[in-house]
Amino acid sequence: MQIQHTLSVLVEDRPGVLARVSLLLARRGFNIHSLAVGPARDDGTALMTIVVEAPELEQVKKQLHKLINVVKIAELDPEQSLEREIMIVRVSAPSSRRGEVLEVAAIFKAIAVDVGPATIAFQVTGDSTKLRDFLNLVRPYGITDLVTSGRIAMAREVKNNSASLRAIG
Amino acid sequence: MTKRTGAEVLITSLESEGVDIVFGVPGGAILPAYDPLYDSPIRHILARHEQGAGHMAEGYAWATGKVGVCIATSGPGATNLVTPLADALIDSVPLVAITGQVATRSVGNDAFQEAYTVGITMSATKHNYFVTNPDDIADAVHEAFHIAATGRPGPVLIDIPKDVLAGLTTNHTPQEIHLPGYKPKSEGHYRKAKEAVSLIASATRPVLYVGGGIIKAGAHEEVRRLAEAANLPVVTTLMGRGAFPDHHPLALGMSGMHGTYTATTAIQKADLLIAIGVRFDDRVTGDPASFAPHAKVIHADIDPAEIGKVRKADVPIVGDARRVLGQLLDEWGDREVPDRTSWLTVLDGWRREYPLHYDQQPDGPIKPQYVIEELYRLTGGDAILVSGVGQHQMWASQFWKFDEPRRWINSGGLGTMGFAVPAAVGAKAGMPDELVYAIDGDGCFQMTLQELITAATEQIPVKIAIMNNGAHGMVKQWQELFYSGRFSATLLGDKVDYVQLVEGMGCVGLRAQTPEEVAPVIEKSLAIDDRPVVVEFVVDPDEMVFPMVRAGGTNDEVMIGPDTIVKQDPNGIPRLDMQP
Repeated sequence: MQIQHTLSVLVEDRPGVLARVSLLLARRGFNIHSLAVGPARDDGTALMTIVVEAPELEQVKKQLHKLINVVKIAELDPEQSLEREIMIVRVSAPSSRRGEVLEVAAIFKAIAVDVGPATIAFQVTGDSTKLRDFLNLVRPYGITDLVTSGRIAMAREVKNNSASLRAIG
Repeated sequence: MTKRTGAEVLITSLESEGVDIVFGVPGGAILPAYDPLYDSPIRHILARHEQGAGHMAEGYAWATGKVGVCIATSGPGATNLVTPLADALIDSVPLVAITGQVATRSVGNDAFQEAYTVGITMSATKHNYFVTNPDDIADAVHEAFHIAATGRPGPVLIDIPKDVLAGLTTNHTPQEIHLPGYKPKSEGHYRKAKEAVSLIASATRPVLYVGGGIIKAGAHEEVRRLAEAANLPVVTTLMGRGAFPDHHPLALGMSGMHGTYTATTAIQKADLLIAIGVRFDDRVTGDPASFAPHAKVIHADIDPAEIGKVRKADVPIVGDARRVLGQLLDEWGDREVPDRTSWLTVLDGWRREYPLHYDQQPDGPIKPQYVIEELYRLTGGDAILVSGVGQHQMWASQFWKFDEPRRWINSGGLGTMGFAVPAAVGAKAGMPDELVYAIDGDGCFQMTLQELITAATEQIPVKIAIMNNGAHGMVKQWQELFYSGRFSATLLGDKVDYVQLVEGMGCVGLRAQTPEEVAPVIEKSLAIDDRPVVVEFVVDPDEMVFPMVRAGGTNDEVMIGPDTIVKQDPNGIPRLDMQP
């Protein structure tokens, strides 16, 4: 069964490292659901958050470790980590329905980032569940454009923290 | 500090890594590097094709245990290296490949002879470098040799643009290696050694299953000591031939698709597999679901990714084979040698009932197995044996007796046809005092035969035996067995006169067409030492390799002949109380 796993991979920040990582996953037949990369805390390193679909994660981790530029790999348990994605979604919002759309957006703390005569573009931040829920609610109005960042994630300092914190985030 | 060109630094870096021979083909982009090479004590062997240069470097590495080095130019030079790189990666051969690249300003512009070498070779190397500054050359070379030779050995490529080779630098010596993501683990966990030893002590049907990792780690002596201390029958993989002496009473030979009946079946019936330096290749396991169904597995390997990749290990040990075996021996201590008479008796029974065999009639066609046996007899087995890929490779592995490591060189993982001739040249260049004999097929031979020109020109007197059966024999064998004998595109149908062909390249050509010509022609080949010798053996075109387990089939069903399958009850366990 293909299960999604979130990996946090610390790599040396060198040209071609992203290609190495994605090529390796493709070569070994592991499907990448999302891959986000940016500078890490220490200079000369970058952090990749990889959401990968694989029957078992052990091989993915071991194969990634064989890459010389991969420094550290951690698997993140969704229950024990902060996960965020950013989504920008443009929703049809003619003046007759604009109020309704804004009401839905307010519940999700979605920020209107671009407003036109017929549409509003919202920026929503949260975990993938929150983004999906928001999409489901605005879909009836008509989605005209959509972009997401892919997931970034970090382990929580205090494990087994209350689920309520997650919901707010 | 004085300024030197990147190319000069490259060559002196190779010198300080202890490189004595490089194999290569020059070209426009690598040209700056060939200039300082002209004055260097490093011997350059000019291959006729970059694939040849790569396999030569592999043969050199296999035979000497050192890192092999090959050089090519940009574009087609580099792409021709891809096969040997992939070959070295899967067979864990330490290799450093240096390729020229078009000048930095032309990179990415589809310039003449440009290819994205680093991208193309990313999944065919252990690691690769694109060097953009002459200051970085010394470090890249030093790191490349370190990565190629340590941990699980493998190929590393360094791609350098022409202007970077020509550019000036004051950095002539490498800095200390700093690779935060590369920390190969060589010491196994002591607690695992304890667990392993207690399993070994209590097993009733153990098999020690050893592969190429033993040879890479130089652990053959430790394998023998463990086998003797714990009285373990030993199976080797194709890559592990020579890891344990074939003449040893505990040796069962090679297992798997074309392994001996006894070795393959011993694993099927084992209650414990002590797998060291092996990767459970599908040519060994057949259908993994039915492989060694009763066995607990102790699996030691330097590459953590190999453990659990195919078969779950009950006792996983990550570490260098020699260190791990040392730990197991320490842990075993002075325990009594276990009495395994009943298990060994069962194995002996199989050995007697299903030996390797072939039928050489005095007036019939030459059987290829007979050639191998005669070669073994007349050389006293004192040779480095190199092979191509196919039927002849299997016969060579089956009918030669390997008692020492690094005396068997072949392309096991990638199965590269055309490997033998250049690999033999590389092995002989590295070990000039050894007899290097290659066993090749006619199909394989025709893929890289031009490297005999290299051998003749460079005075590298290799000997090549061509098993000429007029076909791509192994593919033909599958067509015979599984495609109703429809020989689609496997019959070569050529009328090549191999004697004339090789004489034209500066070699001695010999031929044997009947069984009685075999021994004299081999003797003649052994007497010539100043030029490469090629002996064509016109062999029985219908001979097939047995035993055989069909691809993806179960190792419980071993074909010992075209019409004979010996089936084992997968649940049946041999009675250990039977008497000899």
